[in-house]
Amino acid sequence: MIAFIIRRLLQAVLVMLVVALVSFSLFQFVGDPINNMVGQESTVEQRNALRERLGLNDPIPIQFARWVGNAVQGEFGISYRIGEPVGQLLMERLPATIELVALSAVFALLGGVPMGVYTGLKPRSWLSQVFLTVSLMGISLPTFLIGILMILIFGVWLGWLPTFGRNGVVELGPWSTSFLTVKGWASIVMPAFTLALFQLTLIMRLVRAEMLEVLRTDYIKFARARGLSKRAINFGHALKNTLVPVITIIGLQIGTLLAFSIITETVFQWPGMGLLIIQAIQFVDIPIMAAYLVLIAFFFVLINLTVDLIYYAVDPRLRVDRSSSAH
Amino acid sequence: MSTNAEPLSDRNRLSARIAARWHAFLDGDVFHSFKRSPTTIVALVVTVIFFIAALFAPWLAPHETSNVASLNLMDAFKPPVWQQGGDPNFLLGTDDQGRGVLSSIMFGLRISLLVGFASVLLAAVFGTVLGLISGYLGGRLDSFIMRIADIQLTFPAILIALLIDGIVGAALPADVAKNMKIYVLILAIAASLWVNFARTVRGSTMVERNKEYVQAARVIGVHPAMIMLRHVLVNVTGPVLVIATLSLAIAILTEATLSFLGVGVPVTNPSLGTLIRIGNDFLFSGEWWMSIFPGVALVILVLAVNLLGDWLRDALNPKLR
Repeated sequence: MIAFIIRRLLQAVLVMLVVALVSFSLFQFVGDPINNMVGQESTVEQRNALRERLGLNDPIPIQFARWVGNAVQGEFGISYRIGEPVGQLLMERLPATIELVALSAVFALLGGVPMGVYTGLKPRSWLSQVFLTVSLMGISLPTFLIGILMILIFGVWLGWLPTFGRNGVVELGPWSTSFLTVKGWASIVMPAFTLALFQLTLIMRLVRAEMLEVLRTDYIKFARARGLSKRAINFGHALKNTLVPVITIIGLQIGTLLAFSIITETVFQWPGMGLLIIQAIQFVDIPIMAAYLVLIAFFFVLINLTVDLIYYAVDPRLRVDRSSSAH
Repeated sequence: MSTNAEPLSDRNRLSARIAARWHAFLDGDVFHSFKRSPTTIVALVVTVIFFIAALFAPWLAPHETSNVASLNLMDAFKPPVWQQGGDPNFLLGTDDQGRGVLSSIMFGLRISLLVGFASVLLAAVFGTVLGLISGYLGGRLDSFIMRIADIQLTFPAILIALLIDGIVGAALPADVAKNMKIYVLILAIAASLWVNFARTVRGSTMVERNKEYVQAARVIGVHPAMIMLRHVLVNVTGPVLVIATLSLAIAILTEATLSFLGVGVPVTNPSLGTLIRIGNDFLFSGEWWMSIFPGVALVILVLAVNLLGDWLRDALNPKLR
């Protein structure tokens, strides 16, 4: 167990170092940063003094070590385009993205699990057929088209919801939230649902498949024979046993939500980290790109590490599998 | 004359062999399962129509879209023909420059399909070679390649493509990056797709490696590279074909998404994603046809390719027959 955790941790650290190296090497491509910082008539001595002060004369490995040291403390330099510290920019945008991702995870769960249970229990009812048809659409429509369709229907034609931006935000110290005003809810509902739709259909299909599987097993038949109520069988016995894979998938899908929030944020002009990175890529704003790369890799490594460890703790069979495949 | 007889009979034999193959194919399981699946037939017909529309767009498209001189601003913002104010010349309406949306879609399909095919081809070659080497040779190289694949799989493909696109774009000088944009995009999408090929080919290769015909080839001293290419590769083409088809759908969607985000193909050569992005600016004023029609075309194409891939997977899987 401890050996496994150490191995996983080492792998995580290695991945982070590789990502940091890629991010750091981005800076090597943009030419001499001194040229942007000094005036036309600066002398060679002045330039060299500045270079020495910024540590640009040090060997590359030392510069890299210093960059990693700063990154660990949240110091990623200053944005070329906006002219503000990147760490601060990301922190300002972080609440918008986290709230969006969290709300769509809730949507996906609250929609997906009941729909999956229903379609699993009553596969032949017309409502199940409707759910399945809708889910086929949810899987084949790309996220940005879902967003455009929602804007067209609910924003332009019906005029119920605002079509872009993050309105009605309340500041709570360093955090800003949409959840305290009606306006805030009105602007977050559409992007969050757009982001959730794919995950919702995924969870629904997963729960449905697991339910169909479990309902065929002997212990369910036996529970029926014992005369337990339908409710106790369906929810106490069947649903409970479908939840282990669902929990893992949800854990992994939070990473996917984070990635796809880039698209949703662009469609709805939602001022989160995704919009920031897209603009950074368009304007080749390297400090932001480097910082985002490190941050997103960190999120993913963290999520995967957690899921792996939970897996390992929950399912004893995996321990056997892993140790045998390692040899 | 007698000198000509030899190659002629060769050609005859070749055409006879092709005819025999064709008949074997018509009698075979794959074609049989194709005939019995109406969905697949529809999907194939739709895919072929899209391919023809893209391939022959310069001749089939009702209007020229790239030549600014041929455009008439009086034609701008026309709705589709069945709406009030529609023009029978422009079936699906026009955009802000007076370009026909239908023609734009046909030319956009070319770029979408080009990027899709090129990136899948690149990913298939790269992934298959790595998978063959990994599965056949095993050892440290194998665990190294597969560890990279594992790590990459923890990130969504779209994120990989987006970041590689951004990083390579940032690394190249600005004027070079502009011209190379489409190649960078193909490379980025291919890099996000190779893992599936490598893993599948590796798995099949490990199975084939232990079979007797491979051992026999090894015993008589055939070079490992030769065994991989002549013996193992032909036996893993089925799965590769299935993954390639499904990857094509993913590649087209990825390209459309990146172009929609404004980091894909340049605006001078719009793909379906670029068209949707441009049309999106006019959504709020009610000119919905500029973005919705390219979107519908994209969804139909992706759905058809996906259905073909699903069918191919089932048809080539002997367990399901």
